[in-house]
Amino acid sequence: MEILGLLIPVSLFLGAVGLAAFIWSLRSRQYDDPEGDARRILRDDYDDKPAK
Amino acid sequence: MNAAAPISACPGCAAAPAAGALAGAADPAGGIVLSLPTIHCAGCIATVERGLAATPGVASARVNLTLKRVSVAAGAGITPQALIERLAALGYEAHELDPGLLSMTETDRQGRELLMRLGVAGFAAMNVMLLSVAVWSGAADATRDLFHWISAAIALPTVAFAGVPFFRNAWAGLKAGRLGMDFPISLALVLASAISVYETAHSGTHAYFDAALMLCFFLLAGRYLDFRTRAVARSAAQELAALEVPRAVRLRGGAEETVALADLRPGDVVRVRPGGRIPVDGLVAAGASEVDRSLITGESLPAAAGPGTQVAAGEVNLTGPLDVTVTAAGADSSLHRMAELVANAESARTRYTSLADRAARAYSPLVHLMAAGAFVAWLQASGGDVRLAINIAAAVLIITCPCALGLAVPAVVTAASGRLYRAGLLIKDGTALERLAEVDCVVFDKTGTLTLGRPEAANLDALPREGLALAAGLAAASSHPLAQALAEGARRAGIAPTDVTDLREVPGSGVEGRWQGQRARLGRADWVGAIAGETTATYLRLGEAAPLAITFTDRLRPGAEAAVAALKAQGLSVHLLSGDVAPAVADLAARLGIDDWRAGVRPEEKAAAVQALAAAGHKVLMVGDGLNDTAALAAAHVSISPASALDAARVASDVVLLGRDMGPLGTMLGTARAARARIRENFAISAGYNLIAVPIALLGFATPLAAAIAMSASSITVTLNALRVR
Repeated sequence: MEILGLLIPVSLFLGAVGLAAFIWSLRSRQYDDPEGDARRILRDDYDDKPAK
Repeated sequence: MNAAAPISACPGCAAAPAAGALAGAADPAGGIVLSLPTIHCAGCIATVERGLAATPGVASARVNLTLKRVSVAAGAGITPQALIERLAALGYEAHELDPGLLSMTETDRQGRELLMRLGVAGFAAMNVMLLSVAVWSGAADATRDLFHWISAAIALPTVAFAGVPFFRNAWAGLKAGRLGMDFPISLALVLASAISVYETAHSGTHAYFDAALMLCFFLLAGRYLDFRTRAVARSAAQELAALEVPRAVRLRGGAEETVALADLRPGDVVRVRPGGRIPVDGLVAAGASEVDRSLITGESLPAAAGPGTQVAAGEVNLTGPLDVTVTAAGADSSLHRMAELVANAESARTRYTSLADRAARAYSPLVHLMAAGAFVAWLQASGGDVRLAINIAAAVLIITCPCALGLAVPAVVTAASGRLYRAGLLIKDGTALERLAEVDCVVFDKTGTLTLGRPEAANLDALPREGLALAAGLAAASSHPLAQALAEGARRAGIAPTDVTDLREVPGSGVEGRWQGQRARLGRADWVGAIAGETTATYLRLGEAAPLAITFTDRLRPGAEAAVAALKAQGLSVHLLSGDVAPAVADLAARLGIDDWRAGVRPEEKAAAVQALAAAGHKVLMVGDGLNDTAALAAAHVSISPASALDAARVASDVVLLGRDMGPLGTMLGTARAARARIRENFAISAGYNLIAVPIALLGFATPLAAAIAMSASSITVTLNALRVR
């Protein structure tokens, strides 16, 4: 059962990473224009310059 | 905005400051906002953004494809008009939007806040569920207690953060002295958390942390869906309103200046160009023209306007420029007074109680009674074991908690209004769908609703070709709607316009020219020297020959015939009420197969007719677009206006027809009825689950595992059932 001492922190850490990624995506307004973003990815124009 | 959120083992702690920062997030948009109805692909985005950015004075342009808008940050010297012309050169239709009316920031903030809480609840629920599965599959003693403590560390801050919308509403309800849906939800959340902490501290076997989090997650999902539907409807409605930028051209000392409508004072003189909408009530000071009053009165025949003519806000100037002395502007104008009347009618309208409200009204007291009853009964039966009694009461509250109920309506409404939106119908009000499903009687307006308010030459076949060719030659010189319709009709009939010399347009009267040495006139009856008929017509006279009448009918809105036929086939009675003259109305009614029609109806008579139908027990659907329809729109059970309608009419109606085609009206009622059926099925499903789960909980056999299964199974079934509407 000692492995729990490792596994629980690992699972909590991964959960927190996922949550942090979600919060970051939300705060950087990535849900404002889902349709436009889906199309922009098809062109090179925005490759070196993501949304301002 | 690219600061990474601090990584923390506790989701609540990580999220709480983030939500705080969200509230203060600055809005990057501003400056000029243009609507781009035709953009649809990556190529369009690139063309528009690059084209605008290359325009001198423009700092940046950003397209939002979802909203079909572009926000432009530009220097002071850049006018929206210049950008619209630039876009037209690139091949894109653009309309200016009034940024003041697009108050999207507040809506955005609310939506992001809800999404944040939903996300946090989801992540926490997943993690706690992981630990709970371990407990359910047999973890015992110290391991179980450890897992419970970790669950508590995740669940308590999350419930405190994600449950805020429920706590806030429940508290507001309590202060107002009523128990809404949110009170039992809040009670279940608080009680479940408190009991679980107590049990954990005493090494108990049952903890409901996962149930509390799942409850939060499913209910927030329902709230978010509900919010999204309303936000989309609101933003589309705002966009329609924002298309009419409240500006006028004022004449001061002979010079024109563009001013905001709010700055106009009685006594000012405004210039209205041909094709423009008259922004104020007033008297014509100079100019001769014709005005289209169809939006105000429903008349399709344009009226002559010259010095001294009284004009009202909302009329459209057709031929020559008019200078209008303002007698009333803004809040005093007849347009605004009418809008106020509508607002009053709206608030007086007996509020429709939605299916969800009715369910909630029955649900809340029942749940409280059952939980309290379980507590008292078990306290008696166990001989005073408070811990057991509270545990069972909490289990009852958690299991009956309206996960499915909270999702039942929003999921269906989202699916159905999404489907109607794709078909070209914007549902502005959530209960409109339910009301639509009850409709058994439809009342149409004529001008601008069943017709486009655009004339079409009617009797070309009956006229001599030579005369037509001459008329077409004269008509080519004018931008008057009748002249343009005539020119187009002649072109379609394959008649080449005659070359007429000395062409001269007389604003408000017609066109004059010389052909074969004779004076030729095309225009109003009195000017040409003819006797005016009853229908819309223009008259042609060559020299002193007998005048020739060219009559027009109003062009039918595409899909109108199909829509009326479909509505009749569904067993609805169809009525036509118009402010126009009898022959025009009779003609249209015959073309569409509407037996019950009335002409020359005044606005208050329209409203009275709708109220009379309602009093006779009918549920009336009113379709109209003009100022003369607004009172009737507000009085009807549910109402629809086309996007071209006056602002006041759109505000008064529940549904807006976005496209020109009226076809969607035929299938709309079917969708609404299907949606109502799905909502009822969803209630039945969640009631069925409760019927099984509640006795188990009351008897004290409920475990956290049973609660988790009942909750997720009912929520998922309800959502899947809702998706059948799409």
